[in-house]
Amino acid sequence: MNAAVLYTLMGVGLFSIGLHGFLAQPHLLRKVLALNIMGSGVFAVLMATAWRGPQLPPDPVPHALVLTGIVVAVSATAFALALLRRIHTATGRASLPEDTAA
Amino acid sequence: MQGHPAANIPLSEGQPGGCSVRRLLALFSWALVLVLAWAALSLPSHSPGLVDFVHAELEHSGVVNPVTAVLLNFRSYDTLLEVGVLLLAVFGVWALPRERVWGAPLGAPVAGPVLHTFVRLLAPLMIVVGGYLLWIGAYAPGGAFQGGAVLAAMGVLVWLSDLAPLPRFSRWDMRMALLLGFATFLAVAGGVMVGGGRLLEYPRLWAGSVILLIETALTVSIACILILLFLGGVGEKRRATEGVREREAKQ
Repeated sequence: MNAAVLYTLMGVGLFSIGLHGFLAQPHLLRKVLALNIMGSGVFAVLMATAWRGPQLPPDPVPHALVLTGIVVAVSATAFALALLRRIHTATGRASLPEDTAA
Repeated sequence: MQGHPAANIPLSEGQPGGCSVRRLLALFSWALVLVLAWAALSLPSHSPGLVDFVHAELEHSGVVNPVTAVLLNFRSYDTLLEVGVLLLAVFGVWALPRERVWGAPLGAPVAGPVLHTFVRLLAPLMIVVGGYLLWIGAYAPGGAFQGGAVLAAMGVLVWLSDLAPLPRFSRWDMRMALLLGFATFLAVAGGVMVGGGRLLEYPRLWAGSVILLIETALTVSIACILILLFLGGVGEKRRATEGVREREAKQ
């Protein structure tokens, strides 16, 4: 069991926790947070695949992919939050009608 | 609580589904953990990946830092599209109707003399750090996104501490600043095709300068885009306390 395996399992755990939250929580802000946790899990797995042992430098390609992914996640989150505020202003609710009815 | 309704959205709103649905979801999530863990652990532990290709071509990339070489030379297509995504997010936020008053908590006049003095000291330092991160990206971890993020944080700090108004992003020169990074990147990407190269294939001799030019333009645009995304649909609010003052005047 080395550091890469530990990080991979942590990433898998984060992704699953995030997906569970995304499906189980009706509040849209919680859904946005859950999506971000899922993303963090994916990034952790990618970073773990970049590890090539204590002596060698890590693989730069997954590192670059994660950097790109973080920026995309930030911008998508900002847009999602703007949409959430708009939904709340328009309907007075912060959840989708399908979730509220259930 | 007074103020804008969106300032206080109760997190408890909406009840999670019934007991059986929740149990099914939990079961599904645990199954997912096991399947994903099994898939991840069955991957070969030592795969060469693309490391050897990157290090073989690194001397032609114009930079020394392999991550920057991948981001802005070998896979610059990703970065070009990423800046496009940032711009799309801004367009999306702008396309939503503006909310006239943006109330507490972010717009609250919390800025005391300590915060004022601190931000005054911090702001010039953050500009230097942002520039340094941009420059060092060629040799060590750093680059346009890191530098732009520090500059954006400075802009947000200055705005929140009510030290200076933000520039109006509806002005044409500010819109140009938003587009500068993407436009420069696109111009370089297409420009190299005039000399007979392929899309985004920089001339080897000039690769370092081309990357620095793109990254400088990107830093400016990213800082502006991140500030705008932080402001969200605030529209023309130039001072943090403007919304609060308007509300107080109404009451």
